[in-house]
Amino acid sequence: MSNAGSKAAARGRRIVAWAGIVALAVGTAEAQVAVRGKVVHTMAGPPISDGVVVITGGKIAAVGSAADVRIPEGHRVLEAAVVTPGLIDAHATAGLTGILNIPHDQDQLERSEPMQPQLRALDAYNTFDELVAYVRSFGVTTLHTGHAPGELIPGQTMIVKTAGRTVEDAVVVPTACVAVCLSTAAQKEERGQSPGTRGKMMSMLRAELVRAQEYLARREKVSELGKRPTRDLKLEVLAEVLAGRLPLLVTAHRAQDIAGALRLAKEFKLRIILDGAAEAYILLDEIKAAGVPVIVHPLMQRAVGEAENLSFETPAKLRDAGIPFAFQSGYESYVPKTRVVLLEAAIAAGNGLSFDEALRGLTIDAARMLGVADRVGSLQPGKDGDLALFDADPFEYTSHCIGVIIEGEIVSDVKR
Amino acid sequence: MKLRACGIKRAVRGRRALRAGVLVAGLLASVAVRGTAPARSAVSQGVAPAARSAETLQETDVAARETGATAFVGARVIPVSGPEIPVGTLVVQGGRILTVGPAESTLIPEGAARIDVAGKVIMPGLVCTHSHIGGVGGADSSAPMQPEIRIYDSINVRDSGFRRAVAGGLTTLNLMPGSGHLLSGQTVYVKLRGGDRIEDWFILDAERRPTGGIKMANGTNSMRDKPFPGTRGKSAAIVREMFVKAQEYRDRIAAAGDDLSKRPARDLGLEMLVEAMRGTKIVHHHTHRADDIITVLRLSKEFGFRVVLHHVSEAWKVADEIAAAGAPCSAILVDSPGGKLEARDLVFETGSVLEKAGVKLAFHTDDWITDSRLFLRMPALAMRAGLSREAALRSVTLSGAEMLDLGDRIGSLSPGKDADFVILSGDPFSVYTDVLETWVEGRKVFDRSDPKDRLHAVGGYGAGRDQAPYLCCVEEAGK
Repeated sequence: MSNAGSKAAARGRRIVAWAGIVALAVGTAEAQVAVRGKVVHTMAGPPISDGVVVITGGKIAAVGSAADVRIPEGHRVLEAAVVTPGLIDAHATAGLTGILNIPHDQDQLERSEPMQPQLRALDAYNTFDELVAYVRSFGVTTLHTGHAPGELIPGQTMIVKTAGRTVEDAVVVPTACVAVCLSTAAQKEERGQSPGTRGKMMSMLRAELVRAQEYLARREKVSELGKRPTRDLKLEVLAEVLAGRLPLLVTAHRAQDIAGALRLAKEFKLRIILDGAAEAYILLDEIKAAGVPVIVHPLMQRAVGEAENLSFETPAKLRDAGIPFAFQSGYESYVPKTRVVLLEAAIAAGNGLSFDEALRGLTIDAARMLGVADRVGSLQPGKDGDLALFDADPFEYTSHCIGVIIEGEIVSDVKR
Repeated sequence: MKLRACGIKRAVRGRRALRAGVLVAGLLASVAVRGTAPARSAVSQGVAPAARSAETLQETDVAARETGATAFVGARVIPVSGPEIPVGTLVVQGGRILTVGPAESTLIPEGAARIDVAGKVIMPGLVCTHSHIGGVGGADSSAPMQPEIRIYDSINVRDSGFRRAVAGGLTTLNLMPGSGHLLSGQTVYVKLRGGDRIEDWFILDAERRPTGGIKMANGTNSMRDKPFPGTRGKSAAIVREMFVKAQEYRDRIAAAGDDLSKRPARDLGLEMLVEAMRGTKIVHHHTHRADDIITVLRLSKEFGFRVVLHHVSEAWKVADEIAAAGAPCSAILVDSPGGKLEARDLVFETGSVLEKAGVKLAFHTDDWITDSRLFLRMPALAMRAGLSREAALRSVTLSGAEMLDLGDRIGSLSPGKDADFVILSGDPFSVYTDVLETWVEGRKVFDRSDPKDRLHAVGGYGAGRDQAPYLCCVEEAGK
């Protein structure tokens, strides 16, 4: 994003208060661009051959076939073989896990306590990390990013655009989810600390949620200021979860951990999103019945440890079961330091998903799951002018992303 | 030849054992997924009797193929050693390739079995020049250079990673110890024939010794606390001292002639360095940063060892120097730069830059770092960044074979070479292509239509590892 453009974008934005509330964005006057595509995948209807997308003031003004849509004066025109909505990475750690992978640039996990729901992703996100621009050059315009699995409650996640000089420029949803990690990665038995077992993990979560319930009740019902419990930022966040205003993003791979996540959701009437879910194919009926969506592990995640039984065909099985799913780049502790969600979804496209289904998991289905479908995920008038341009089938190994547009700004024009 | 026949028998036995093992896993899976995936459970439940008869057929097949010829007719054939054949015929006999050519002009020997592969693609079995499958355990922490270590003493041939490798079309691997040492031991070149012992997998040289190279490394992975080096200067100094010692060892043996009393005591480690300097063992050298690459070339010149440069994240910065030294490169591409400081400048363009500079180029999985099932994806990503299709094809076949000194035996579909090949559903570099079958020396070692093989190809319950992963030097950075 150009300096002037991002400043203008920043001027146009006002972050409204608190968790889960979408920041308002006012389009910028200079963001006027039109894209012609041999095929335009709007994700709001069948693909349009020889289509046009017009972006005015950062928002999509018109979408249709070149025969029907007139490109207004003063719009810069780009062309591509394939045009899609800007891609959504439904769970990343980019911006918190820097390219160098040294302590200096790794902010995805605080090890001092097992449960820290008060940690905001907003306070840890580095807009300038090269990997943010790197994934953007593959067409990724929206990231659901934040604290990584590794502690029982590692912290919050947020939704950002992959442009902007400050996180305030970039943010779409300041607090999107509270992350929970039902994985042996969060166990500390070796260090003589809790949680040390699966049973203890669940027990600690229950206890903390019960505390939050009581905190909420006392804060609401005790009118006398002096008798009210003092503010507790941890419990306030969990209270939002209990009120259904914030979902839990529960990382679980083994079937028993997925079952644990579903149990917890039922006990406390929580909204949850399953993350990873390597063995989800064992519990399809249960996941479906619980109405829980899945952000499926990166398809090329190493089949190691709890994810040893992961399958290239899990997305196809979720599709068959009617369970909503989206794709993610996930968290990597080594190389590649970030995965590219487009390349991960491509493996699913090669293993049982149709082209359209795989693209939905990168766009509209991800947007719906994350509650941002009013702004991103499809090419429809009024939505943000976020587009990815390709020279051929986006999923093919040898194709290129040739342009990326965020809110009408051309943010990448390298051939990647 | 006799030994080889024994090997095949053993291989068949091994396969049966393996099948039994997988069957158990398959049944577990069918229990676990009951009621949720009817199609898959039906397949699993039907497996027991069907598998037994298939087994019998399999053995007959093997016997027939060993004596007779088999013709694969109608596929697009990519010989690598020559132009692609749109509709071709491949004839194999006795574990070797008999003929390759256009279907209309290639003679099929009388009595040969015919297999219709119309619409499919056949290419040579893939050669991975750098793999860590099998629970490899090389040198320990007692010293930074341990040339006496033989990696083949540590391999578990039942590691499910090998099942994934054949599912990816791999037929030959260079199994290597890790990069945490300046020299972590001897590598071994293996064929994925199946069989119970690593001996069944060896590729023997003219003197019937197992072939392999020597694994070395520089840069940060091998820099640690004492007795390991703490700097790059010290790293090179330790290597130099060891090679000087080997030079003197070699010279003293030569000077002693037949006088046994004057000979130095035999040193199995120094012997390997002498072989390296003689050129009979290739040094496979882990190296990322441009200056580290140049250091390897300097040491290689100083002591006269033949070297293949591995990983080479920054080779694009010194491509001309690498070309001038005549050193081949076995590169790795991962999906983003960084993750370790030495890989911060890793780019997909490495392949095309090296090709243009005239450097021989291969790719490797470094399995666990990348998944062997997706090996073809790597040259495809390099093509995305400008590598030619021809170089991409060679990079996972013939060029890799040449880097293991096996270019006269494997790596292309040429008459007389081992019948190691892959049958694909489509173009090698498409995400939509599946590896359908993998053949080693005329024997099918992977068949995607077999549910037990398919489990390893796509994953699922029971596909998990029976071996701890080898992920050298992965440490959670920071916290």
